[in-house]
Order: sequence, then structure tokens, then C-alpha cells
Amino acid sequence: MTIRRLVLLSALLAGCALPALADTVASTIYVSNEKDNTLSIIDSTTLEVTDTVKVGRRPRGITLSADGSQLYICASDDDAVQVMDLKTKQIIHNLPSGKDPEQFALSPDGKLLFIANEDNNVVTVVDVTTRKVAFQVDVGVEPEGMAVSPDGKWAVNTSETTNMVHWIDVEKQAVVDNTLVDARPRYTRFTKDGSQLWVTSEVGGTLAIIDTATRQVQKTIRFKIKGVTQDRIQPVGIRLTADGRYGFVALGPANHVAVVDAKTFEVKDYLLVGRRVWQMALSPDEKRLYATNGVSGDVSVIDVEALKVLKSVKVGRYPWGVAVKG
Amino acid sequence: MRFIPLVSSLLAGWLLATPAAFSQDLATVRIAYLTQATERPPALSNLDSPPDDEGIAGARQAISDNDTTGRFLHQKFELETVTVPEDGDPTQALRELAAKGQRIVVLDLPGEAPGTLARLPEAANLLLFDAGSTDDSLRNALCAPNLLHTMPNRAMLADALAQYLAVKRWTKWFLVVGTRPEDKLYAAAIKRAAKRFGAEVVEEKAWSEDHDARRTAQAELPVFTQGKRYDVLVVADEVGDFGDYVMYRTWDPRPVAGTQGLVPTNWHRTHESWGAAQLQSRFRSAFGRNMLPRDQAVWAAVRAVGEAATRTRSTDPAALMAYIKGPDFTLAGFKGVPLSFRPWDGQLRQPILLAADRSLVSVSPQEGFLHPKTELDTLGYDQPETGCRPR
Repeated sequence: MTIRRLVLLSALLAGCALPALADTVASTIYVSNEKDNTLSIIDSTTLEVTDTVKVGRRPRGITLSADGSQLYICASDDDAVQVMDLKTKQIIHNLPSGKDPEQFALSPDGKLLFIANEDNNVVTVVDVTTRKVAFQVDVGVEPEGMAVSPDGKWAVNTSETTNMVHWIDVEKQAVVDNTLVDARPRYTRFTKDGSQLWVTSEVGGTLAIIDTATRQVQKTIRFKIKGVTQDRIQPVGIRLTADGRYGFVALGPANHVAVVDAKTFEVKDYLLVGRRVWQMALSPDEKRLYATNGVSGDVSVIDVEALKVLKSVKVGRYPWGVAVKG
Repeated sequence: MRFIPLVSSLLAGWLLATPAAFSQDLATVRIAYLTQATERPPALSNLDSPPDDEGIAGARQAISDNDTTGRFLHQKFELETVTVPEDGDPTQALRELAAKGQRIVVLDLPGEAPGTLARLPEAANLLLFDAGSTDDSLRNALCAPNLLHTMPNRAMLADALAQYLAVKRWTKWFLVVGTRPEDKLYAAAIKRAAKRFGAEVVEEKAWSEDHDARRTAQAELPVFTQGKRYDVLVVADEVGDFGDYVMYRTWDPRPVAGTQGLVPTNWHRTHESWGAAQLQSRFRSAFGRNMLPRDQAVWAAVRAVGEAATRTRSTDPAALMAYIKGPDFTLAGFKGVPLSFRPWDGQLRQPILLAADRSLVSVSPQEGFLHPKTELDTLGYDQPETGCRPR
């Protein structure tokens, strides 16, 4: 926490002096390439790929460890979560993950990793220090999206065929409530204060805002883009700015990122990106948003202040996950 | 067969794990599955023997999917399966199911049988799913208000292929038609699609049974495929009698499409996008084989009932039927877009895969074939063309 705050502060200070195009602080962007079994590493100042590292088979979800020194990688076809030391770029060990891990979320204290096992309808919770399975929870068919509330009380999982958000009480290690959402919920994210849970439904074409206290859907947002048929609008990745201003939603084969006003829930803008935009990550200073485009095999770089796409960076085949280290 | 112990052991394990959840009563949705044993005609190509459980395995997979969801809503799904012997009467079987109180029946029957069954007085209050017949007649003159189709019809398949060939600008077709009545229906759909998408059947030949293709294919097929200049050879051989022997043996070097070669289909093992990989893999681990088109059509029908039960939070058949036929119903079918039933003929709109043996070549509708409502309605019989009387 303190490290992040420090980075953020220095980022803000530095930001005043530099032109808009240059990143305020140098950061490193990691992108998993699902069909290449590699990780592309991008330097934020040059926006060029500096290295491509071989990882496990079918890498999808990636996330940084709490201290930012390691990267967790879902190697779906190896049935493992790999842990990469970011200094040496070496895989140092695997975590037991259960079958076919696709997405995961780290508890706020960085100790527990909640992994959705798509093939066998469970969520596996791994203690990253002991590298042992802490517990498993039965959920619906094809568990996919995972998020942990900022207070660490809730872990939520979305199941794609059951079409529900399953609320796992972390202390009780059990599902205590379920919220029905639109078809094929794929991704979910808590707001910074934990009061809302945002959930995208790929086939339903909607974004649901769920009130954490009542676990009821508070608002359902639909998207409409001129010249794009409704059935191509398939929301997936979500990123929320810490200041509570914007929610970004990747719209898959609609090839746009929607900008949602996080206060009024109105859709402010649609940014044209690459083909089949999938996941996104904000830079530590939240001035930039990076979005992976699966079909076109590149990463779109978006200026958050101007809401403009600055550049696209060519990476490997089927880029899936993205994480940014300050 | 191997699935039943699996499910029961899963259920048993779960019962032990969460007794609290089960102490409340589970409401049950009953679904029946009706099929008939058919004699497979002898075919020249006998490489793959069709599995005995095609169709029924799809029902079992969907029941398992429905139950996993159902346990969060205290719902459970019960499947009754009936296989009528070859010389048996599906009509009688449906009457018996109705008498036993079954209201939702998935028909895995070929030809016009679903249309006949839907017209029985006993079927008036039933909801029937046609998951086995591609007959265009069932979506036209033989349509019925109590009959929905999860299997795409021949016109949809042919249109899907025609759109792709139009995109490729392979618009001159050499059509080879098998001897069986269904081959002629397939050929008719191909000719209709040619007209719709600006292609031309420049040559049409009937394959007759006196060609001994296995022994002398090298000699027979080159001569047989001589004719006018064409871009692609379209073969209509639904049972797979000779179609596989056409490829690489044509007089001119031309690709083969239709019932063999590049095949338009509702499901194929090469399909893995939009989460299909997960369905394929859980099907494979449950049944030890790949999911086939009839499995998928039956799966979609049983899942439609499950989806209705989830959305309405009800197990009342009347409520489920109303929801499935209503405007709000959509099904996530691993095809990248929501699937729904056309109100005019009860056909499930769905993208059609264009698959070669080991690669998924494309998915139709193709980009650029526009439609005011949904591009999926560029495949098959759209509302203005339907021969189904207002329901």
C-alpha cells in the first residue's frame, strides 16, 4: 500500500512537468499471449516491446503480487498458476491451481489467490506463501470472473453458464448468496470503496452495477454504437479509476472501449481500439489505459485524460491479460 | 451409460457436503427425450461409426449443466428418455409420455416426424423441441405453434455456405446429388441459396449407386466431374455414402463443400471460440467422445428449459413455455451471440459453423450480409419468406 501510494505521489508530481504523450513515470507493461505461450514486455516510455518471454501453455489471466516483485500467470493448459520473478523474468515456481485456471484475484493482503477453475465448477483458493490449496468452493457452471472486495470479506465469482455472481464469504469459506445477472458474465470488479460490484455479461451485452450491501442489481447499463449491430457488443474487461470518475468497459468484437461515468452511470464515449478488445489495465498514475486486442494481436494505449487512443503496440498472438508495474 | 454413475456420485457427494441446502425441497422440472432407433444404410465411407448415444448425451450434459445452476435456486431437472425401436411408433410413445404428465418433450427424430407429432391432439398442451430434423418443411407448411427447432434447417446450412462462397467469389457451383430423398432436399436448399446470394449452379449431376467409387474412384470420379467450368463442387450426400471420395479426385483442381469437405453445421469439434472449448471439454470428459451436431441441438433444447427456469425462478411448465416463446428469451449457446427463437416459425436463430475436418474455416453470417434486425436472419427463412401460417 505505502509503496503504491509513494509511486502514485511521485507520478502525480512528475506529471506536471512532462508533455501528455510521455508517461509520467516509467512503468512496465506485461501482456499474456494466449496462442503464443509467451509474455510480451512493453516499456511505457518508448511504447515498444522490449522482451518476449516464454511461459506456460495458454497464458490468460495475469496479476502482480502485492509487492509488485512477482507476476502470477494462469497457464490454463498446464493447469497451473506460474509465478514469475520480474527481475530475472524466470518462472520460479508453480502454484497448485486446480484445472484450467483462467482468471483469478488476489486478496488485499496479497496472501490468498482466488482462482476460477472453468472446467470443474469450483473456485480454488491458494495460499501464495505456503503454496498450498487453502480451500475450494463449489460454484456454478464455468466459473470465470473473480474479484475480492477491498476489505477482504467477499470473494465473488461469476459463472458463465449459470449466469450468476456467487458471493463467497471468505471467513466462512462458503457461498452465502447468489445474484442473477445477464447471460455469460465474464468479468467482475469492485469499486475502490467496495460499495459496488461491476459485472459484465458478454452475451447479454450488459454491465450490471451491484450494490455490495444488498447484493442486488442496482443498475443495468446497455451499450449502443452507431454502425455496430447489438449482438456484436459483448462486454468483457472492466477497469475503474481510483478517483471514482470513470469505468472503462472493453466491448469485445465491437472493437470499442466504453467510457462510463462512474457517478451517473451514463456512457460518456466509445473509443475505437483493435479487434476483439479483451482485458485492460491502468498505469499506476492512471493516466493511461492499456487494452489487449485478441484478434488484431496488439495493445491499444489510451490517454485517460483526453479519452483518446494514442497508439497500438504489436504483441503476440491473441493477447489476453495485461498488468502494469510502476 | 458411464455418465449416470458420475452424476449420482457427484450428487451424493454434494448431498453429504451441504445437507442444509438439501433439507429444503427441490422443485423439479421434468423433460422427456424421444428418439427412434434407425438402421444406418450401408455406406462406402465407413471410417467413423456413429456413436449410439448421439443426441441423448447432449440431453444428459444439459441436465447436468441445468442442475449445477439449479442447486442455487433449489431447482432440479429430471430427464426421461424413450428410444422407440426401428419398427415402433413414435406417435404412441409421445401419447404415453403425455399421459404420464410430461409437458416438455425433446424430439430427436428425422424427417417430417416432428410435424406429425406436433399435430396430435395429445400434443396440444405440450412444448416440443425438434432437435433432430433439418427439414425445411417443418419451418414452413408443417410448422406448429407447439413446435420449436433447435436444429438448424437445410436452408440455414445452405445459406451459411453460400454466403461464405460469395465472399470468396466462388460463385459457379458444380452440384453432385446423392440418391436418397434427403439428398434431393439438401440440393434444393443449395439451389435456393445460390439464387439468394448470387451464385449459379452451372452443372448438376446425380450420383448413382452403380459407381464403385471405393475400388475405382480414381477412374470414376475424374470422368464424373468433367463438365462446365466451375469454382467449387458442392456435394449433397447426407448419410456420407460417397461424398468423402470426391475430394482430390475431381477432374479440375477444385475444392469440395456441402455435406462433405467444407461443411456448414451447427456444431463441430474444431469450434472452440466463445467458451465453446469448455463445453467441448466437459462433454468429452463425460462421454469419452466429441460432441456431435445432434448432441448440440438436444443440449440447446434442454438448456433452453433450464434457462427459462432460472430466469422465471419457476418450475411450472406453463410458465417455462411462455417464457421460452416470449420476446425476452435468449440462450447463450457458445456461438458468440445470443440465440433466440424466431416468432414466425419457431426456429432457433444461430450462427452456422463452416468446418473442414481439422479446422474451423469460418462462421456465418458473413460480415457484410446486412439485416435490419439481426444478421442471423440472413440465414434460412426470414419473416417475409416464411411459409408458416400466422400462429
